Amino acid sequence: MNQNIKNELRSIVGRDYFLDTPNELYVYSYDATPLYQAMPDAVVIPSSVEEIAAIMKVASQHRIPIVSRGSGTNLCGGTVPVEGGIVLNMNRLNAFKEIDQDNLTATFEPGVITADVHKAVEAVGLFYPPDPGSMRISTMGGNVAECAGGMRGLKYGVTKDYIMGLEAVLPNGDILRVGGKNAKDVAGYDVTKLLVGSEGTLAVITEITAKLLPLPETKQTMVAYYNDLTDAARSVQRIIASKIIPATLEFLDQETMIVVEDFAHIGLPLDMKAMLIIEQDGTSLQVEHDIARMADICRAEGATEVRMAQTAEEGASLMAARRSALSALARVKPTTILEDATVPRANLAAMVEQVNLVAKKYDLQICTFGHAGDGNLHPTCLTDERDKEEIHRVEQAFEEIFHAAIKLGGTITGEHGVGMAKADYLDLKVGPVGMDIMRRIKEAFDPYGIMNPGKIFAKSSRRRVVVNHGCGCGQTREHAHGNEQADK
Amino acid sequence: MAVDVDKRENMRMEMNKQTNNPDCSTASVSLLNKFDTNEIMNCMQCGFCLPSCPTYRQTGKEVASPRGRIALMKGVAQEALQVDQEFENNMYLCLGCRACETACPAGVPYGSLVETAREVVETNKKERSKSPFIRDIVFNKIFKHPKRIDTLGTALWAAQAAGLQTLADKTGLVNVLPRPMAEMQKAVEKVASPAERKKRQKIVKPTDQTAKLRIGMFKGCIMDVMFYETNQATSRVLAKAGCEVIFVEDQACCGALHAHSGEKDGAVELAKRNIEAFEKANVDFIVNNAGGCGAALKEYHHWFHDDLEWKERALAFVAKTRDANELLAELPQIEFKNSFDVRVTYQDSCHLAHGQGVRNQPRQLIRSIPGVEYIEMINADSCCGSAGIYNITNFDMSMRILDDKMKNVKQTKAHLIVTSNPGCLLQMKQGIIRAGMQNEMEAIHIMDLLDRAL
Repeated sequence: MNQNIKNELRSIVGRDYFLDTPNELYVYSYDATPLYQAMPDAVVIPSSVEEIAAIMKVASQHRIPIVSRGSGTNLCGGTVPVEGGIVLNMNRLNAFKEIDQDNLTATFEPGVITADVHKAVEAVGLFYPPDPGSMRISTMGGNVAECAGGMRGLKYGVTKDYIMGLEAVLPNGDILRVGGKNAKDVAGYDVTKLLVGSEGTLAVITEITAKLLPLPETKQTMVAYYNDLTDAARSVQRIIASKIIPATLEFLDQETMIVVEDFAHIGLPLDMKAMLIIEQDGTSLQVEHDIARMADICRAEGATEVRMAQTAEEGASLMAARRSALSALARVKPTTILEDATVPRANLAAMVEQVNLVAKKYDLQICTFGHAGDGNLHPTCLTDERDKEEIHRVEQAFEEIFHAAIKLGGTITGEHGVGMAKADYLDLKVGPVGMDIMRRIKEAFDPYGIMNPGKIFAKSSRRRVVVNHGCGCGQTREHAHGNEQADK
Repeated sequence: MAVDVDKRENMRMEMNKQTNNPDCSTASVSLLNKFDTNEIMNCMQCGFCLPSCPTYRQTGKEVASPRGRIALMKGVAQEALQVDQEFENNMYLCLGCRACETACPAGVPYGSLVETAREVVETNKKERSKSPFIRDIVFNKIFKHPKRIDTLGTALWAAQAAGLQTLADKTGLVNVLPRPMAEMQKAVEKVASPAERKKRQKIVKPTDQTAKLRIGMFKGCIMDVMFYETNQATSRVLAKAGCEVIFVEDQACCGALHAHSGEKDGAVELAKRNIEAFEKANVDFIVNNAGGCGAALKEYHHWFHDDLEWKERALAFVAKTRDANELLAELPQIEFKNSFDVRVTYQDSCHLAHGQGVRNQPRQLIRSIPGVEYIEMINADSCCGSAGIYNITNFDMSMRILDDKMKNVKQTKAHLIVTSNPGCLLQMKQGIIRAGMQNEMEAIHIMDLLDRAL
């Protein structure tokens, strides 16, 4: 990026918010996805939609890649600037504009932290259900871009089910407004839903209007422990089949329980093979009734112990323990690769078995936890990125896991997005016609291909670029070699 | 795709190498080995630490976050980044409050990582040139020598006694001082006179004469000069709780300032002196009243990785070390004679809360004083910006953090803000002045408050 362009960008956002020193560039070369890293050419931190429009014009004119970024907590390499260019850090656009209690909507800028949205709306008795594990730091813009999920997905769905209107800046600098506060709105294509989950490849989101629900009156948490993994999976299937939809139905396997206990010290029985954390919310009568029935089902399906949280604090600490599962797993080995394979709920037990078979076949430690009620599993491989041979086996294992998920009627990602991590598998899920229409939509928005390039669409199919250390750590060649091996 | 991208990346990295400042030498291999690469790798970049970090909250910039700093260390360890002025600035912008350690589910020991990074910075500088004059004076000529700190205390007392401070205030002489010093000196209370300090009893007998425990008092260096009275108060409170308190001879500065500033050798030297002094004193517990010192004292064993004999002696020292709040909470509750009709809030010392996990004990002690109405402050455990000498070295950032803290302090409408660390106490005093609340509020060390209630 030449000096003139830098000066142009600097004059738009001001000296303090244009970053390009070696340290400053380095810390925007990664997100929460292990193994992916690439350097941007500049980091720009705008404070208004006008500034963003001006930046986009510069970027379009000079064909510079734009990677918009919130807190960088995503797990698909979605914000790694793999082709360099500008990282557009959105955390200064963080105004909470309105909670409309008549229409049950909230409107805010994308840099608002997810947990702050929860706090603000719950203070007036309202409810924004999506609660990704990273909610304490992830931004709403990031949630919308990746269509984040969370632990309440079973009953309440994911981010796309709550986004009603958006403002976004197109690559040419035009400002687009779609959707709004109308509960019913069928005018034309649903561009709002198209932008949700578009992973920064179409436009930069600058304002969000979200649907709110009344805050449930009460909630109750229970846990069930199992001697056998498949008993737990079968319990999940039976609960859903019995037409009960709990707010949360989480699954942890033994290895995950051990590390979570080590971190949270909440007295998990470490000799058990699996546990379910179940939460129901609603009116107290309904909650009591549902919880009692689910407890019966769990016992009937082989749970050795079923326990109710006695206090709200106890319930919260169980949920917090589940939230920390991923990070706690990182204590075991240096590199933690988490995947996001999802199957229809009825196939959960089969999927868990498949994961265990694959782990054995490739001699890997794979811990599995996840949103069992959604069929959304996070098989998580504990490995060491310095062990090239093992990383190669990890790649092969996950490839098999994705194929297994697809075979069971599932998908390659339930809530993390495609990004770089799953770009090579997208065609498995959507097929050639799906790929073609998606590419053409991308071209309509972004004719120069500057919006988050290298994400969602792989240039050649069925090749997983696990590592792209463009960081000068001297690993690029080896990884390129590894990729060739993986390529079939 | 891989090939295209790799090519671009290689080009970009070549460009970066060329644009790096040629004056900054890459750190030597021996230096890079100091990093515990396994611990650096344990950071999984989840970002949970970000909201807990005061400098990230102020700037919104990744480079000022724990995740960012660990990434930079990784960059240096992998020789993708250089140990240059920018890296140094980023390592020193950290307050070392360790709130990120509390937030980190992966248990990354950030505090020791940043200490190592600073050690790498300092060693690298020494390899290039002699250590700067002021640094040498501070770390080698003053803090390693308790007598010299004492002399400084006398000088400070003399200046105050002669009314120099008032004079300086009135004549605008303070404006000649660097801004951080000028602001800070307003918050400094009168220190004890040399005569008064000489009168100190070396052993304070328990109030009811039957000693349950023999306690070695860790005085601290700055603590014992600027907050001499707080140390005296601590001994009285402990005596009331049934302890015989001994002001152990030959103890030195804890070494925390050295360790936090990359002067590892100096820190180790001081630790050895303290271990020896307290071994001789033969006490049940070693008690301190400064969160910052306490955290360092409790981590002595980490300073002796390669020295098994000293590591063992350090472990014995650590096992006996308690913060005064911590020990008092284990002893039978003190019966206070005085009752206050005041509203009180508490500002956590980072190194007491995040470093030592002591959170409830001080709050319980405050609540046990008759008449006190306790009110919890929002974000009480976020750093006040004092952080050792941070408020001098990074004055502007420190004051931004402090001013934000004062908004929360103000909301409590408390009459007293209680702290457990001398640095925090000074900072809160300064914050009260900056917020113009001198008539509404007082900052006080918890041991002084307990002493007042005896």
